[in-house]
Amino acid sequence: MTADTSLDEPAEATREASRADRPTNILIVGVGGQGVIMISKVLALLSQMHGAEVKQSEVHGMAKRGGVVFSHVRYGKKVWSPTIAKGEADVLIALEWAEGLRWLDFLRPGTGVFVSDTRKIVPPFACRNRKFGADRAYAKETPAEIVSRVGNGYVLDATGAAEDLGNTRAANTVLLGALSTTLEFPAEEWENVIDQFVPKGTQEVNREAFRYGRDWVEKARRDPAFGLSDANAYEAPVLLPGEVDVELEINETWCKGCDICVKLCPERCLALSEKHKATLKNPAACTGCRVCEWLCPDFAIRVKRTAAAEAAE
Amino acid sequence: MTYREANVPGFGADTMARPLTGNEAMARGVWEAGVKVAAAYPGTPSTEILESVATYPASDITAQWAVNEKVSLDVAIGAALSGVRAMSAMKHVGLNVASDSLMSQTYIGVHAGLVLIVCDDPGIHSSQNEQDTRLFARLANAPILEPSDAQEAHDFVKIAYDISEEFDTPVIVRSTTRLSHTRSSVTVGPRVEVEPKGFVGNPQKTVSIPANARRAHPKLIEREEKLKAFFAASPLTQVDEGTTTYGIVTHGTPYLYVKEVAPDAKVLKLAASYPLAEETVKAFAASVDRLLVVEELEPVIEESIKALGIPCEGKVFFPRVGELSPEIVKAGLAAAGLAEAPAEPPSYDINPVVRPPVLCAGCPHTASYMALRAVDGRVAGDIGCYTLAAVEPLRSIDTTICMGASIANAVGMAMAGTNKEPIIATIGDSTFLHSGIPPLIDAVYNKADITVIILDNKITAMTGGQHHPGTGHTLRGEKTHQVSYIDICKAAGVEWVRKVDPYDVGTLYRTIREATEYKGVSVVISERPCVLDPVRIKGQPLKVNPEGCVACQSCMNLGCPAITWSDQFYEGHRKVQIDAASCIGCTLCAQLCPSDCIQPVNA
Repeated sequence: MTADTSLDEPAEATREASRADRPTNILIVGVGGQGVIMISKVLALLSQMHGAEVKQSEVHGMAKRGGVVFSHVRYGKKVWSPTIAKGEADVLIALEWAEGLRWLDFLRPGTGVFVSDTRKIVPPFACRNRKFGADRAYAKETPAEIVSRVGNGYVLDATGAAEDLGNTRAANTVLLGALSTTLEFPAEEWENVIDQFVPKGTQEVNREAFRYGRDWVEKARRDPAFGLSDANAYEAPVLLPGEVDVELEINETWCKGCDICVKLCPERCLALSEKHKATLKNPAACTGCRVCEWLCPDFAIRVKRTAAAEAAE
Repeated sequence: MTYREANVPGFGADTMARPLTGNEAMARGVWEAGVKVAAAYPGTPSTEILESVATYPASDITAQWAVNEKVSLDVAIGAALSGVRAMSAMKHVGLNVASDSLMSQTYIGVHAGLVLIVCDDPGIHSSQNEQDTRLFARLANAPILEPSDAQEAHDFVKIAYDISEEFDTPVIVRSTTRLSHTRSSVTVGPRVEVEPKGFVGNPQKTVSIPANARRAHPKLIEREEKLKAFFAASPLTQVDEGTTTYGIVTHGTPYLYVKEVAPDAKVLKLAASYPLAEETVKAFAASVDRLLVVEELEPVIEESIKALGIPCEGKVFFPRVGELSPEIVKAGLAAAGLAEAPAEPPSYDINPVVRPPVLCAGCPHTASYMALRAVDGRVAGDIGCYTLAAVEPLRSIDTTICMGASIANAVGMAMAGTNKEPIIATIGDSTFLHSGIPPLIDAVYNKADITVIILDNKITAMTGGQHHPGTGHTLRGEKTHQVSYIDICKAAGVEWVRKVDPYDVGTLYRTIREATEYKGVSVVISERPCVLDPVRIKGQPLKVNPEGCVACQSCMNLGCPAITWSDQFYEGHRKVQIDAASCIGCTLCAQLCPSDCIQPVNA
């Protein structure tokens, strides 16, 4: 493999930017720990090496705790604001699928380039609705749908590619490779700068990851079907239809008020009565999960579930 | 020289322009100004200032974590009065803690230069409020410099020392989250050594008894007038020429937004909102047809201008709440009829799952709050990562006020007599040392019936892992005395103290229960190192045996980011799966699992 993977296609984001004689705006988004800041630093150094003024702004107070991380990079002859306004990002690069969707409104309509990993990092927050058959509250839009909606969209399984290369953490470098095709800096310079920001001993795998991302976009430009291959492989949600009615039967004679079910109910819908017996204080919140039934040492609780349709009859 | 070497803030005397964050740039400015003593307590977004100072040689500058912001300022004051330049850095709410010292210090003055770097958090990215430090500057009669980018941050810090010495006053340099965490090119300079002046015995100046303070106060007012004239004459106060149909007075980072959206406007950029460069403002106001003020948070400049009898418009168009942005400034100008209303870009109308920050996989706080959820007490929380246990699924914190408030809040809850639940205060190790010890003494003294849980994860975790007296290491990594919490509790008169490992869920739960049943002050020390700092902990990950999983959701109650739903169902409910890459093997979920289906990966 050679470093020189010169492309046939012009760098659309930059061409448009220089025409308008304004800063180039790149928004990098992801989840804490994915390497958003590394991408920003690579971009900042590269553009500074090319004589541009650079501002890179991030908010990372909660970054380590699995929260949203985003970084604005702006470079050009003169850059005032450190932040990018909605609708003005020339490139939006997302290290995680739902994060890409969250920031999509920042993309410049028409010319903005969207580069995203198709991988999902599902937060615990998405698994909150524990009703029968409920799905994760993640995001309903699929990569194929988004590619058709944005002007220039490159969605690839960067994490999968990095895994295949032997280092999952190189996924951000795969995306850097894809990003590099949209900007004016030569491939060798990208690789040299990336070398300086990746951990010692991972330079080679990161170089391979970079070239993978670059080649991927090149292929996608030649062959739109290839460009949709990862998007189409995105898993559709598995859903169970139907609803159930739940009824809790508590045998007060057997209940000794030990409180175990009250303490451990995931929905906090049980309580101890005045007589120190378990009662269902919030039937609407009960999902019929049966944890109380299983944990009760005295077999005093039974969860009865019937399909809603049957119950109506 | 590689970029990485060049980009280490402490890298030698090389003056090449390099991208630095506002915090790194201010640290560089501190070092270049010949400062000898720097102290701080960590707090987002200010933490990296002192960390960057510590990358410069110890022979040049002492850099040390203080137990709290007041201590850090008092250390700096002691150094300045001893004749060496000194710095104290903190976040905005840290200045509340340090304010007692500041209010007196402005009367006393300095000897060698004394600069406070205070980082505000407009937009409340990581704080409990968005108070405006400029109001504090006015209250304390301390000049406040407001850089707009990293280069100015670097330069203003150096200038602040000159102002401090010339006018014999502490100077505040005010940053904001945006400035502190924005990287831009900075041309740096060499360090200039400043000859130590030594301590000059002058009790009339340095002992603030009423007689001395009465003499000092008029001098303070005099100094304010002199500083107004200084800022009016200084090139720090900058006028950008432009159209004169309207003029904008602005400061700090809002200056950048103004330039971004109104490049042709005539702009007065104040380096200091207080004391106001009155003569410059008057001349500027006279040169334009209409005067606008664009400032972030409180109308400090606007009110000062109006007090001069000059009409101006500010908060009527620009919000008093939250962080400004180019869009907001543009919208304000449009509302004033001075710009076209910004076109709302087309929206994709996509609302993916919200992703609030969560406690890390394996976080020792998780178990403590899991146990508290079951105890169902009245829980006074404090400031730290563990505040995240205020929301579902752990939801077991009733109050969070500010640093060190929990224990005394619990005392008040006990004295109120309205809570029939056990009353519990939870406080982290660093926060306990910051301001938790006096209220613990108070609790014992006043015979309160409360339980205090010290969540000892052996680091200041929320701000990214800083040492404190409980870790036994200094900022520069030297070994030092390690504080014993048990000894502190015993000395305070606490008779019931027990240490417990939060990864042992059963013992933890029983211990907390026993503690709450004890009449009087009981202390549980829940001890387990943070999984991220100072070293990232990674043990044998666990996996879910899907055949055994009955989708009971007990483990989901931990809110662990490594545990999510799988695509398999048990009686219509989703089974769970564990992401081996993020699981550190703490076994909390396995201990909760009623069907024993969570096992180590290689079992």
